[in-house]
This record gives sequence, C-alpha cells and structure tokens, in this order.
Amino acid sequence: MEELSHKFFGGIHPHDGKSLSENLPIQVLPAPEKVYIPVSLHIGAPCEPVVSVGDKVNFGQLIARAPAPVSADVHASVSGTVSAIEPMLHPNGKFINTVVIENDRLDTPDPSVVSHADEIAADPKALTDIVRRAGIVGMGGAAFPTAVKILSGLGKVDTILINAAECEPYINADNRVLIENTAEVIEGIRMLVKLFELPYATIIIEANKKAAIEKLREFIPGDNGDVRLKVMKTRYPQGAEKQLIQSVTGRQVPPGGLPADVGCVVFNDYTCWSIHRAVKTGLPAIDRVVTVTGPGIGRPGNFRVRVGTPVRELIEAAGGLTENVNKVIMGGPMMGNAIYDLDVPVIKGTNCVLALTGSEDKSVSEPACIRCGKCVSVCPMHLIPNYLYVYERKNDLAMLQKLHVTDCIECGCCTFTCPGRLDLTQSIRMAKGRLNALKAKK
Amino acid sequence: MQSTDIKLTVSSSPHIRTDEDTRSIMLDVIIALIPALAVAAYVFGFRALLVTVVSVLGCVFFEELYRKLMKKSSTIGDLSAVVTGMLLAFCLPATVPLWIVLVGDFFAIVVVKQLFGGIGKNFVNPALAARAFLFSYPVVMSTWVAPLSYKSFFNIGTADIITGATPLASMSGSALPSDFTLTQAFLGQIGGSMGEVSALAILLGGIYLLIRRVISPRIPLAYLITVAALAFIFPRGNDNLTWMLWQLCSGGVMLGAVFMATDYATSPITPIGQIIYGVGCGLLTIFIRYFGAYPEGTSYAILIMNVCVWLIDKIAPPKRFGFTREMKKAEKQKLKEAKSAKEAEA
Repeated sequence: MEELSHKFFGGIHPHDGKSLSENLPIQVLPAPEKVYIPVSLHIGAPCEPVVSVGDKVNFGQLIARAPAPVSADVHASVSGTVSAIEPMLHPNGKFINTVVIENDRLDTPDPSVVSHADEIAADPKALTDIVRRAGIVGMGGAAFPTAVKILSGLGKVDTILINAAECEPYINADNRVLIENTAEVIEGIRMLVKLFELPYATIIIEANKKAAIEKLREFIPGDNGDVRLKVMKTRYPQGAEKQLIQSVTGRQVPPGGLPADVGCVVFNDYTCWSIHRAVKTGLPAIDRVVTVTGPGIGRPGNFRVRVGTPVRELIEAAGGLTENVNKVIMGGPMMGNAIYDLDVPVIKGTNCVLALTGSEDKSVSEPACIRCGKCVSVCPMHLIPNYLYVYERKNDLAMLQKLHVTDCIECGCCTFTCPGRLDLTQSIRMAKGRLNALKAKK
Repeated sequence: MQSTDIKLTVSSSPHIRTDEDTRSIMLDVIIALIPALAVAAYVFGFRALLVTVVSVLGCVFFEELYRKLMKKSSTIGDLSAVVTGMLLAFCLPATVPLWIVLVGDFFAIVVVKQLFGGIGKNFVNPALAARAFLFSYPVVMSTWVAPLSYKSFFNIGTADIITGATPLASMSGSALPSDFTLTQAFLGQIGGSMGEVSALAILLGGIYLLIRRVISPRIPLAYLITVAALAFIFPRGNDNLTWMLWQLCSGGVMLGAVFMATDYATSPITPIGQIIYGVGCGLLTIFIRYFGAYPEGTSYAILIMNVCVWLIDKIAPPKRFGFTREMKKAEKQKLKEAKSAKEAEA
C-alpha cells in the first residue's frame, strides 16, 4: 500500500525547515481593520468590480465578477463599507485594482451564504457550479480556478489525485489542514469522486508528514475504499502537477497539455476542504491558512487569515521580523515571490510567508558554469538548463525554442543545485517572457 | 509600525541554494587524489611529492598571474588550478625535470584554460593537453623509473635512477609483462607515470567521488567496460582474462577513466551523451594501444573525445518530457509537408 519510491526524473531534497511550524495548531487571526482585496486572486483574467466606493457589503458577498471562463469570482472577506477601489501593489509585484473594505467587525453574512448540502445530495453534478460561484481556486499556491479544472477533466479522466505532497520547504498549511480537518477534507474528496463518477480518488502525501499520515490512516483504514492513500518518498518537486502524475501513474503530461490529456485530474487537499465548506455552509473562498515561518520570524506559526489581510499584520501576529531579516517571500523558498512592501495582501494562493536571513543567500558576483551537468540531472522536465542559460544570454530564441524552454515549470531545482551559482531559473524565466512577448506581437 | 525601515532584498526564485559549490567540489577531487599521491610517494620516493607540489604551485601562480595581468578577478579560490596541477603531475614520470613541469603548468593554465575564458570554458582537458604538449621532450617523457628503486626516500637527485620498462611497453609488443605480477600492477608497484601506477588507489578515489556525487558512474563505467570488453574479445596471446586485467591495470586508463574523462568542462552533460563519450574513449584507447606507434592511448583518446563533446551533447539530448513517439512522428510529418509545400511554391 505504501510506495516509498519516486518515479519522476531528477528533483532535489533540500533542508525542509518544516519542523519550525509543523506541530503548531492553526490559530485564527482576527480580521483586520481594513482588508485589501485585489480583483485578481488567481491565475487567469482579473475580475470586474461589481461594488462601488461607499457601498455596504456583507461577509461573503460577491464584489468582483469573473469576466472570462478562466477566472474566479472575488468575495468580501469581512462585512463593512467599501472605502476605495484603486490600483494597489499585488504580491506579484504589479499594480492591480484592489477593493478596500473597512471592517465593521460584525461579519454580517450575505444572503447568498447558504448551505448547498441538499443540492449536492440530490445531484452531485451541481458541485461544479457551487465551486465556481464560491470562487474556489487551487489552494496549493498556483491558484488555478478549480471549476475550470473540474470542467477540463469531466468525462475525460480515469484518475483523481489529491495532492497533499506540499513538497516546498518550510510550508505546513496543507499539512495542518489535513491534520486538523481530516474528516472535512475527505468529505470534500468524496464529493469530487461522485462528481467524476469514478470509483475512488488517491491522496498523495510525502513520507515526511508522519502526523498527517497517521491521522489519515484513522479515516482510511483499507485501500479499497473511495478514498485511498499513497505515501511517496520525499522529493521536491513531487507536488508539481506533472511530476505528481508521473510519480503515481507513470504517465507524462504532453508539452503544452493538461493533466486531462493523460486521464488525470489533480486537486490540492486544502482545495477539497474549501469545496466541502462551500457546500456545507455556502461560504466562498474568503480566508486561508498561511504558514508564517523562517529563520527571520519571531514566533513561527500557522494562521487562518482573511483574504486581503496585509502581510504586515500576519507577520506581527507571528512575533514580527528578526533584525537580521533580508528577504520576505510569499510562498515557499523554491517558487515564492520575494516582496519589498509588507503591505501587500494575503491572496487565495498565499500558502506561506517566509522570512529569510542573509545566511541562505549564497549568490556570488561572478557565477561561472563548470559544466558539471548537475542542473541536467535534477531537472524534472528533462531540460538542459545550462544551455538554456547560454542561449538566453545570446538572446538566441530559435535555439531556446529548439531546447523546449517553454516546458520549464520554474521549480528552481537547477538554480538550487548549481555549484557555479548561476541564476538558471531566472534566465529561463526571462527567455520564456521574451518568447511570450514575441508570440503576443505576432 | 515596526519594520518599515528594514531593507528587503527582492530577487527571483528560488531563494535557497545547496551548500555545494565549485570550491567544495574541487576540494573533493583533491581529497580523492590523495590515495594515488600517497602510492606515488611510496613507489617513487619524495620526488613524486616534490613534482606534485611544484606543479600545483605553478598552476596556481600562472592562473593568478594571468588574471592579474588581464585585470580579471582572482579565481584561485575555486581550487580548480590545484586540481589541474595535481592531475598534470600525476601523468608525468617522477624523474621529470621541474622546469618541464612548469612549462606544462603554463600551457595547461594559460593556453588551454584561461585563453578560452577560464573555468568551464576550455574544450580540452588542461592536464592532458599539457601532457601532450610536453611530448615535445620525448626522452624525458618516456623515461620510466623502476618502482621502489630509490636508495633513500629523500633522494632527490635524478643521477642514479634505475630505469625500467613499463608493463604497457611489453604489451605494446604483444606480450604479457614478465617483470611484474598483476597484483603488483593493481597495487601500484610498477613503472609508469606517477599517479597512474596504482589502480587500487585510483579506484578508492573514484568511489569517494561517487559517494560524494561529484561524478556519476556513467563515464568511468562506460569507459572501463569498453576497454575490458575489447581486450577480452581481442586478446594478444591465449589468456584473454589476464590480458584484459593487464589492460585495465596498466598505463593511464584507470586514472583517465576516473579523473580525466570525468572532467566537467570537457565531458558531455546529458546522461546518454556521457555513455557515448565513455564508450568512445574506450574504443580509441584500445585502438591506439593496439595499432599506434606509442604504447599508451588514454590521453589521446580522451583529448579526441573532448573535442567531440559539443557534438555529442547535440545529438544526445534528454528525452523531452511527455513527448511520445507518435508526437515525434507527427512533427516530422509536419516538417516534411512544410518542406514539400515550400518546394512546390518555389
């Protein structure tokens, strides 16, 4: 039943830093005075605000509507008054229209927040629409709209995978939800199983999450039920969708393809919890669990936070930053974004706020490739990062395309491993950007 | 609010890196070379240590001098010059005059490495290229001192050395060596270049490098298996097993397979490419040993394969993720159609 082998190529095993926060129960952070909710909390088109300055809004009320199929509605995470709608700094570094709500501390629920349990009982197919209306996105960090994902896989897949790998170092958000809300997560998974009309779904977890595995075993005694468990050897980036599918099924998602192309659909375990809540209580995606951790944080912890809470308040709740901090990252150390302004808000995909001190910074003034080939041997997408680096420097787009630069998932393994300290991932990212720009021009 | 005045660094992900860097890798290689150095000192006396130290100092000096003169940053801290110095010394005879060592150091560091841009940019192995260059002094380069023939350990003079034939010399004459036993060859009590006499010491270093993951087994294994297989299939004499073991334990093939062919800058980076490269080195080594005028083929085999690395990397890329055979066919078909459409247009 337990398979302690990984079957994806490459990958790394960095110091995971999980012990800083893995045993700390989720604390509920009181909603702040003001929440700052960008109309883009997800991958896909930004939403259009449907409220105006001065409007009273209820807790859970729709405040910005998805304009395109690949997008997710945005809801008020507190009740109160809209005090501004203007472009503000987003965690991704861009200025994006943001709805500011002054919290009246009443949390007056919106009339739309009602249980959908009966609907689901009558027709499991109703789930897609409930998920769409609740604005649920992938909670693992990428924040892809879940309803879109469901629709891409409905009728095409034979395998449902629940991604509980959480392979990024330091992060424990999914892990804590799995430990503390096991029953709800499993319930959410069952809803998906029914929706897809498949016999079962498999939870994939890495062997280093012992407490969560133990807890899941209580709920999943056998391995022939509608929810099954598979324990994988810890290896980054196991939780990357393509690698997860490859690890478990041996199938490889084709270039530019979707998991559905190889008969798979993957949901994060925390997303399943959100689905369950949306069905049972009608509450949309208005909060999330964030791990606040790292050597630069006073008292690391896991917090349940309203979407739109400034990162600064979250950090203060975790004992503030230490004096030697030099980097604050939203997300994990491998794929997260470094931020320079602590007033950016928590969004739906924010799984971690990580503060690092100078000691992790090993960059050098003159990186030099020694052609050791380690980047090739760790690249889970079978690329040749050091050649991509060279061609990016030369701006040779034709060669970059020939070497499949767009296949890169930006997991960061190459940069992590490089003994010559090259910024391989960054140069690949720039190459992809340039190719995209060229494509857009055409 | 606190922390408004904290200076935060913004950089692209990932934000953490492994501890291993160029310097630590080179340090591992130096450690892996110690057993072979110890055997060299035991077999050839103090002079082996002296040649090695002079060669290392020479390499470091020329690297620093060149970088200073060219107003470039100092790179001796990465220890790669030390490795080059050791490896060059290892493929020289213990009796080599020190000034020749320095000529070799200059050629290796300045001509082969720095003129092409420094670490990682040279396209042939600096130590081997320097060795090949030093064959401008053929007598010096093929005067082999007999093992354990020094009168006292610190006998630095070269006046009264006893020279002897190396196993390879007799094998080149198609006869199994008669002066030594196979065990002596495995342990290192034979004549030859300083660092290459003991297969055992080199293998110990190789195992250390494998454990530390500095090298992968692909190149050394492909190389040695090719040499072994060819020697076994085409023996000179009747005892193909003994012939094969002699081929593996004599000359520079062991040092070449473990330390020279695995040189990062001058070997392929793709897994399949590394195997092709190792096999190619093995083929050429045996080819030169069997048919060449000179008894040893290792260094030239590796140098020839060095210049093919770019091509090998190109023809042996990793298999594209998720790219099936059918997709490949479809793509080829499409290219064909596009081509014929173009031709039709023309």
